[in-house]
Amino acid sequence: MIGHYVAKHAAKLVLLGLLCAVAVYVCVVLIGMEAYGVAALPLLGAGLITYIFLSEKRYPLRWLVPGLVFLSVMVVYPIGYTIVASFSNIGTGHMLSKEQAVTQLLSRTYAPDDAVTYTYIAFADTAGTVALVLQAENGWILYRDGVASAIDPSDARLVDEDGDGAPDRFSDSVRLSIPQIVPRLSEFEAYRIEYGGTLIGLENLSQFRTRAPQYAYDPESETMTDQTTGVVYTALDGIFTAENGDEIYPGYWVWKGLANYVALITNPQVSGPFLRVFLWTFAFAFLTTVLNFTLGLGTAILVNDPYLRFRTLYRVILVVPYALPAFVTILVWSGMLNQHFGIINQVLVDLFGQGARIEWLEDALMAKVSILLVNLWLGYPYMMIICLGALQSISPSLYEAARVDGATWWQQFRKITLPLLLMPLGPLLVGTFAFNFNNFNLIWLLTEGRPPIAGAMTPAGHTDILISYTYRLAFEGARGNQLGLAAAVSTMIFVIIATISAFNFRMTGALEELSKNV
Amino acid sequence: MYNKHTLLGGLWRHALILFLCAFSIFPVLWVISASFNATDNMQLQQLIPPRPTIDHYRQLFTSDRYKFASWLINSLKVTLITASLTVVLAGLGAYAFSRFRFKGRRVGLLSLLLIQMFPQMLAMVALFLLVLSLGEIFPWAGLNTHTAIILVYLGGAMGFNTWLMKGYFDTIPRSLEESAKVDGATPFQAFYKIILPLARPILATIFILSFITTYGELIIASILLRSNDQFTLPVGMHLMIADQYSQRWGMFSAGAIVAMLPFLVMFVLSQRSLVSGLTRGSVKE
Repeated sequence: MIGHYVAKHAAKLVLLGLLCAVAVYVCVVLIGMEAYGVAALPLLGAGLITYIFLSEKRYPLRWLVPGLVFLSVMVVYPIGYTIVASFSNIGTGHMLSKEQAVTQLLSRTYAPDDAVTYTYIAFADTAGTVALVLQAENGWILYRDGVASAIDPSDARLVDEDGDGAPDRFSDSVRLSIPQIVPRLSEFEAYRIEYGGTLIGLENLSQFRTRAPQYAYDPESETMTDQTTGVVYTALDGIFTAENGDEIYPGYWVWKGLANYVALITNPQVSGPFLRVFLWTFAFAFLTTVLNFTLGLGTAILVNDPYLRFRTLYRVILVVPYALPAFVTILVWSGMLNQHFGIINQVLVDLFGQGARIEWLEDALMAKVSILLVNLWLGYPYMMIICLGALQSISPSLYEAARVDGATWWQQFRKITLPLLLMPLGPLLVGTFAFNFNNFNLIWLLTEGRPPIAGAMTPAGHTDILISYTYRLAFEGARGNQLGLAAAVSTMIFVIIATISAFNFRMTGALEELSKNV
Repeated sequence: MYNKHTLLGGLWRHALILFLCAFSIFPVLWVISASFNATDNMQLQQLIPPRPTIDHYRQLFTSDRYKFASWLINSLKVTLITASLTVVLAGLGAYAFSRFRFKGRRVGLLSLLLIQMFPQMLAMVALFLLVLSLGEIFPWAGLNTHTAIILVYLGGAMGFNTWLMKGYFDTIPRSLEESAKVDGATPFQAFYKIILPLARPILATIFILSFITTYGELIIASILLRSNDQFTLPVGMHLMIADQYSQRWGMFSAGAIVAMLPFLVMFVLSQRSLVSGLTRGSVKE
């Protein structure tokens, strides 16, 4: 019976076995990396998948596993992590855990005053295994396979072939010349040779020297004491800091509670630029939606006219910006708007003289105008298309009735067209708002958020929107990567988007309708 | 709402539309012209090139400074793999949601809907750290690899596409598979042999949608890809224009034209299958 089952499901069992093996491997590696918090996750995941594929009762879930794995690892986990990280100071200089940072600092050494200097000879056998002989006046030391022991200069394993007093071979290992040593220096540098209660480390190309740990750590008081100077460094906000403000890098990450959010709102050097970026994000998303919709609707009304000749041709030409990849056309626009060489300024100068040159992308106000203009170009064809569809679904009899009652064109537009359009298009307009709220490509490819806001402690520009500001904080800052602060901005955007979506669902009743259908 | 035009009425309408057409198409004509113009200098360019040449295209593919050919291949590779796998993954999930009744189905569908509302790129900090540590375990899936970026894209595409596909599967009558099951087909055979051929339009739609979004993705690619020869087109071309481009405008323009082509092909294809997709606002804006 069991044999039959195994035969029938051999492939499946082998694959599941492989999966579990990989999970165990990842778990072991994670433990090796001291990432205890997540080490159990691969095992849990693999266990769950194995259960789903072996249990007949859970058959439908088998179909969902592939998609869910990606969704949970690449979307759910990162979103959760972002929210958690926003309560920490993780970033450049604060990437390690406290234990890792302490271990790293404790491995640092210095040469004490009574240090003994050793010259050395390095040997390597055919397999590349290295043996070192350290020579000092008080005796020689053999260091091999991570173990140090005393060795007598007359030891039989040391063979002096040319009789110059220096050994050329160590049993079957051959002496390395200086050029052969150079590529191995980083390997030698990592050696911490423990011998007779002292520590010996590489000093320079030709010497080793006794060394002592530079720092002593007291876990009780959480202080690091520098053995060379006697200065005491206290753990403070994720970095060991002396009384005079000196810090020892690397630091480590610590929980900061709401500090990142508080800084965004109350620290004037952070909150000033942040508030500007925040307001501009809303203004941009709102204005661009209104502008694009207005021009799109106007164009749609124009080309929907049955008496207009060439209207099919016009529609095809008008839709061109929508048919091309935005990342390319935004870059083309940034060339056309170039202050010195761009075609637009050239035309202006030709027509009106040098005074007409406009700082399209350099001036704070004009850069915002340029962004709206380019996004209008990119977005109004889409609005035209959806408006055309909606216009055609309005019954002509409504207009006829209005005309019989003597309504003017404007009255027909106000009382019939607009209300009947806004009903189906409302959710799409909210969607456009939400899309532009995070329209990173437009900002980044056109202005990179420039021009910069003067006096900002965090990097921010006049045209930055929240998402490009987040990107800057996380990956482009002059003060390194402020990942914790960036995560806090991300989390705020999450909240804003959730609010907009809730509003959209409430308005359209889409959620109720969907949950009826599921 | 519309009347026959008077002469004047016809005139201003055409004038207005021609102005809009010029607005829409000028940048495109300008960049096409620049790509064939003999001069590389933006300021000397004329709209009708006096001596048209394909030199810029040749430079583009032989330049040492920019690895345009690699970017193009990288972009196509990442986009095609992502789009294909998205179709497969979304198809499997959508079939389960559409055809099986199981515990957690309703919760699953609604959570998918909620999750897909949050743009994945907002979690950029976490994605960066995740891929960084992934690379320490599996170097072939770490920073600066296409594997990593495809894995990230696949996650981001799941929610929306599963919903879209499920909606379509719901419209295919169940009786078709039931008769197949009577003949002894397993659920997978019914899915593969009956549903998939019938669902070809939605498979094409999702492939195209995924292609279009992935092709222009900039932020995750900028974070994860580090070296010139691994860049995708958006990252590479951004680099190209950040760097003294007014003196290499011809080459940039040639690159722009080449980069537009795959997208344009997809757009034209999409017009057949995407008509309903457009009105749902499911494509880029």
